[in-house]
Amino acid sequence: MEDNKDYQQISGWGIDADPEDEPNYPIKKYTGDDHNRSNWERPQLQVQDVEILKSNERPSLSAVFGTASPPTGLSGVIRRHAFKYSENSYGHWLPLLLADRINVVEGIIEDLSEGVIPNIFAERGWKADFKYNKGALAKKVLIRAAVLGVIVICLSKKKKRKSFFG
Amino acid sequence: MLAMNYRGPFRVRASEKPDPVILHPEDAIIKVTRSCICGSDLHLYHGLVPDTRVGMTFGHEFMGTVVDIGSDVHKLKVGDTVLVPFNIACGKCAFCKQELYGNCHESNSQATAVGGIFGYSHTAGGYDGGQAEYVRVPYADVGPTVIPEGMDPDDALLLTDVVPTGYQAAEMGGIKPGDTVVVFGAGPVGIMAAKCAWLFGAARVIVIDHLEYRLEFVRNYANCEAYNFGSLEDPVLFLKKTTDWFGADVCIDAVGGDAAGNAMQTLTGRKLLLQAGSATALHWAINSVKKGGIVSIVGVYGPTDNLIPIGNVVNKGITIRANQASVKRLLPRLIDHIMAGRLDPKAIITHRFPLEEIAEAYHMFSAKLDNCIKPVLVMSAK
Repeated sequence: MEDNKDYQQISGWGIDADPEDEPNYPIKKYTGDDHNRSNWERPQLQVQDVEILKSNERPSLSAVFGTASPPTGLSGVIRRHAFKYSENSYGHWLPLLLADRINVVEGIIEDLSEGVIPNIFAERGWKADFKYNKGALAKKVLIRAAVLGVIVICLSKKKKRKSFFG
Repeated sequence: MLAMNYRGPFRVRASEKPDPVILHPEDAIIKVTRSCICGSDLHLYHGLVPDTRVGMTFGHEFMGTVVDIGSDVHKLKVGDTVLVPFNIACGKCAFCKQELYGNCHESNSQATAVGGIFGYSHTAGGYDGGQAEYVRVPYADVGPTVIPEGMDPDDALLLTDVVPTGYQAAEMGGIKPGDTVVVFGAGPVGIMAAKCAWLFGAARVIVIDHLEYRLEFVRNYANCEAYNFGSLEDPVLFLKKTTDWFGADVCIDAVGGDAAGNAMQTLTGRKLLLQAGSATALHWAINSVKKGGIVSIVGVYGPTDNLIPIGNVVNKGITIRANQASVKRLLPRLIDHIMAGRLDPKAIITHRFPLEEIAEAYHMFSAKLDNCIKPVLVMSAK
């Protein structure tokens, strides 16, 4: 490779090379402002009109914040609990992951309560499988059908045994 | 308005949501014309990022037209066509002043480790993103940039994340003329990192991935070598051999937490969530770089822990540089490269979808169907 200088013909080769550019980003623009800590002139503060969970590693909300999907339901209770712990703690992150999974079930309940039956096949984008990956789609359908079949058989056997003894 | 709506891991749909409104004097409302699905959106889609709430709209790579501005916005006007960097940055805090726009301290209440990002979970601030007909854009005088006359809209769109992230990956590598650079991952960011490595004077650029169609693409697009780790017994050993048993000068992790290639990492990082994603690419980067070399990380990981050979970092004297791309900082230089023809980002776009087909778009990108590299959502003109 040493003798092959063809790469120097690549458009723009070496145009941004700057051996003097050390130390490189992200520390090259150090201004010294860090020693003033968090005492910069803050932007105007956004008015808070929904519940925002705040990291306990900062004293107040950031000047602006997102207002999407405020915490609700059981997942919200878990999220509020998680925010009692710092970002350094599993007590913060693991409950948030749990809350995310519970939130999925809450989402389905919310859909049903609004008269929407979630089309899980469509939401999982299986149309794309039908178009580009029919083999994988057939495999998915067969596996799910088999699992469903086993569950139905197990449940019906349990029911029969119960009626025999009951 | 119509917007992408997250319903849980591997489940999204397009549905009606209320239009966004101005909530702060420095806000703007953008009517989105194009929006990408990013490889890092897949980490959310796969349920890997904590505090990803049902009902959220993803999307941090978008452009569009300004339709409303707050009372304290002076640089933009209604009707401007802008690209919007994925970082939400105030421009005033100590970090923004150092051009660390990805680390703004006034845009994310929910975590101090990351600045605000559009549509990237509540861990990144709880903002709805741009996979929607309209989006609220805070600090509109700081990030959004009017698209230069003559620039292809697809090129402008990819300046919101992919191009700056790939470029910064190469930049943080501190590449010296003559260096051998290894890029792990031939996704859109890896492809762009490989392309940009030449701008810094690399003499050899090697890309490692396991998807043949992407390797073929990057070989042609970035004039580089590309190898399938699936056909290499040990990618680290291969890289040692091919660098005269020395190691690469610079290694770039352009994969992040969705990496394949190591069963234990996949199990603990992607299936059981005992790690903040699978750290296979980073593991290989650390072990493939030379002693005293530089590992540059732009791959996205979650906020908990990862299994990496930190002892080797110490013993080899490796410098690790990492950050979210500071998009605003890089825009002038990257616009110049595109306008001069040195970079051609739009060539990586392989698929276009209307917003209504968001579920198929995500699934196709996630499952790598139809040789998908970069999907773009094109909003209806209504």
